[in-house]
Amino acid sequence: MKNLHVILLALTLVIISTALCVYKVVELKLPLLPAEQAHVWAVEARVSFKPTKGPAKVDLRLPKKPQSYMILDENFISGSYGMTLEESDENRVVKWTLRRPRGNQFLYYRMQLIADEMPISEPINVRYPQKKAYPEMMQTAVDALLDEVRSKSADTRSFTHELLLRLNEKNASDNILLLRQGAEKPEMWVQRIISILAGARIPARQANILLLKDGIRHGKLTPWLQTYNGTEWMAFDPYSGASGFPDDSLIWYIGDQPLLTVKNGRAGKIEFSVHKQFHEAEYIARQRSDVKNSSVMALSLFQLPIQTQNVYRVLLMMPLGALLIVVLRNVIGIKSFGTFMPILIALAFRETELLWGLVLFSILVALGLMLRFYLEYLHLLLVPRLASVLIIVVILMVLVSLLTHKLGIERGLSVALFPMVIISMTIERMSLVWEELGPAEALQQGIGSLFIASLGYLLMTNAVLEHMIFVFPEMLLFLLAITLLLGRYTGYRLTELWRFRALLKD
Amino acid sequence: MGWKKYLFPGRKLRSFGLMGMNQRNGDYISRYNRRKFYPLVDDKLLTKQLAMEAGIAVPALYGVIEIEHQIGNLAKILADYDDFAIKPAHGSGGEGILIVKGRSKHLYRKLNGVLLSEREIGHHISNILSGMYSLGGQPDKALIEYRVEFSSLFEHVSYQGVPDIRTIVFKGVPIMSMLRLPTRLSDGKANLHQGAIGVGINLANGRTLQGVWCEEIVYHHPDTGYAIEGMEIPNWEQIMRLAAGCQELVSLDYIGVDIVLDAALGPLMLEINARPGLSIQIANQKGLLPFLRQIEDVKKMPESVLERVRLGQKLYEA
Repeated sequence: MKNLHVILLALTLVIISTALCVYKVVELKLPLLPAEQAHVWAVEARVSFKPTKGPAKVDLRLPKKPQSYMILDENFISGSYGMTLEESDENRVVKWTLRRPRGNQFLYYRMQLIADEMPISEPINVRYPQKKAYPEMMQTAVDALLDEVRSKSADTRSFTHELLLRLNEKNASDNILLLRQGAEKPEMWVQRIISILAGARIPARQANILLLKDGIRHGKLTPWLQTYNGTEWMAFDPYSGASGFPDDSLIWYIGDQPLLTVKNGRAGKIEFSVHKQFHEAEYIARQRSDVKNSSVMALSLFQLPIQTQNVYRVLLMMPLGALLIVVLRNVIGIKSFGTFMPILIALAFRETELLWGLVLFSILVALGLMLRFYLEYLHLLLVPRLASVLIIVVILMVLVSLLTHKLGIERGLSVALFPMVIISMTIERMSLVWEELGPAEALQQGIGSLFIASLGYLLMTNAVLEHMIFVFPEMLLFLLAITLLLGRYTGYRLTELWRFRALLKD
Repeated sequence: MGWKKYLFPGRKLRSFGLMGMNQRNGDYISRYNRRKFYPLVDDKLLTKQLAMEAGIAVPALYGVIEIEHQIGNLAKILADYDDFAIKPAHGSGGEGILIVKGRSKHLYRKLNGVLLSEREIGHHISNILSGMYSLGGQPDKALIEYRVEFSSLFEHVSYQGVPDIRTIVFKGVPIMSMLRLPTRLSDGKANLHQGAIGVGINLANGRTLQGVWCEEIVYHHPDTGYAIEGMEIPNWEQIMRLAAGCQELVSLDYIGVDIVLDAALGPLMLEINARPGLSIQIANQKGLLPFLRQIEDVKKMPESVLERVRLGQKLYEA
């Protein structure tokens, strides 16, 4: 039997993938479906720098006992570096040292957090600031401002709030404008507020927070303001004056010292990535694999740096899209431009969301097509013509972004996330089909492409499927098996039943 | 039992022996056509040269333009000819073919009467060279060749373009033929997916059957109104032998051979296709599979072309 080989191969793949899945579910107790309730924040700080001559010394500030979170687990990935951890009242500092670093250096700190109601520790050693001397011009402005705020407030909380409202007023007076000078960066702004508050002898400090948002890859810290009312520290947004910390925020460290200092190194940089993991999935997997020393979990994607994990979450969904194309083209027989072009379009929709993606894509292709027909009239050679279409597409993208921004449609800005080469190729192919086979065929293929792209988007953004394929990557073998079997499907395509309908009539 | 026809339309097609796209690609093309011989059919210049060496009748080659610069010599190449056809060597589906029928002073007259300047013809060739009509946009060559003056038999059943006869040849045995008639819809082209009519032919005697136009059965040419059924195609034996002989030429076992009937020169082989379409089955109201399977079962294939033609005709009549 000619298909026996393929069938046996597919069967083997199915058995391997099912066995691994069953083992993970039954023995390691990995959840088959995503459980939303108890989530773990996995945070990773990635330090990179280029060493110069001499021994490298890296100091990185770390959270000690973060408010409203509990550190489940933390580890340092520092290779051959020597490492010491120092603690102060509020923070911890990790000191990494290496005598002879070579090439670009990367250091990682990873932690896992769960939301937790930690008792707020008693503030210790709060020092009341001395009145600060300002330059003469500023002194008058500060005094006037503090007097005004004092008369309108009752306690430290309302005082700080009033002060922030005034400092951030839209139509600010000359006094305020003067105080704003030289404090454009968020850190400097917070420091400026602290020094103004010192004028009223209110203790204030800078808290640097990390916003915990799923999927962040190049996160940075945001400076926040805290003032002391005699019993506790209160938090304020330095720009809006709203009190409290934003939801899902972690105080990384307190104070105005730099987060990262690198001695004998250039271009020191720190980036945070954050990922929301399901408590059972990650926690149990780690615990059990530690106990059982399971070699299956050694191949788990959870072992990768979180930054890479986030990339793989997207990549692992692509085989599903590819399988979709196989079904739609070989079993159903829908026509589209290019083979995998619709899947690339669908990936772009991930960033723009479906409806906007469809609208923006159609607008771009329609405009591009019109200009492409004009180019045809100019009798250009093929490659320069393709390049011209590409350039026009970029210009159109900029124009669409600017126009939608002016109209206040911020979603329109996401047009920049479309892969422009894909759009250019779509336009070129569509115009060729248009000329050679007529507009009906071109529109049919265009709509076919968008239809496949929409289905692909819905499939590839499905949270359940994403969870399953990420926690059980061996399911890819299962997908491969189905694809191999479909590769030997020599039956009729659904559209062929329509095509050959003349033969179906008696 | 009427409802079953609608529930399982595939069964009825299967009983017809109708071959679908997946089966053609998976069971025949990938099995019987070896990749390394594809260039012989994909490059029409190569096919033509092979055919000329083997003594198979083809339209005469007037010139080849391979690089942009040679477009400057166009006037010189065309000086002796008023009638000619320009084709991409790697074109497929009849794309990019320009046919010139006569001149008017320094202008060239297209088949539909539109006049072209030499510069416009040069631009068309330039498009061919840059790969506009070739698969995958590969750089291409432009062939300038004899323009076929089609047999007067087809005068009433053809709109502008040249009708041709497509024959599926499997392992050197012709198994199914159809006549392809250009229409106004197909803009004078002979490709079914562009709107040409496919007319089934009785392989045994060369008489035309009913036609299929845009997937519908027709008995008259939609533009001229003349009957397309029951025409006797002249030189049928010669056409069958020409088609069968193409198997040795390109070493491919599943091919479609396109032949035109020239008024003066008789049957000429135009091109060979390694991925022939499936609409021929609708035109003939017959599936290809029974023929393909019977030939697969033949233990020893006859050597001579004539015997293979007879085998094909015997199978068709059975």
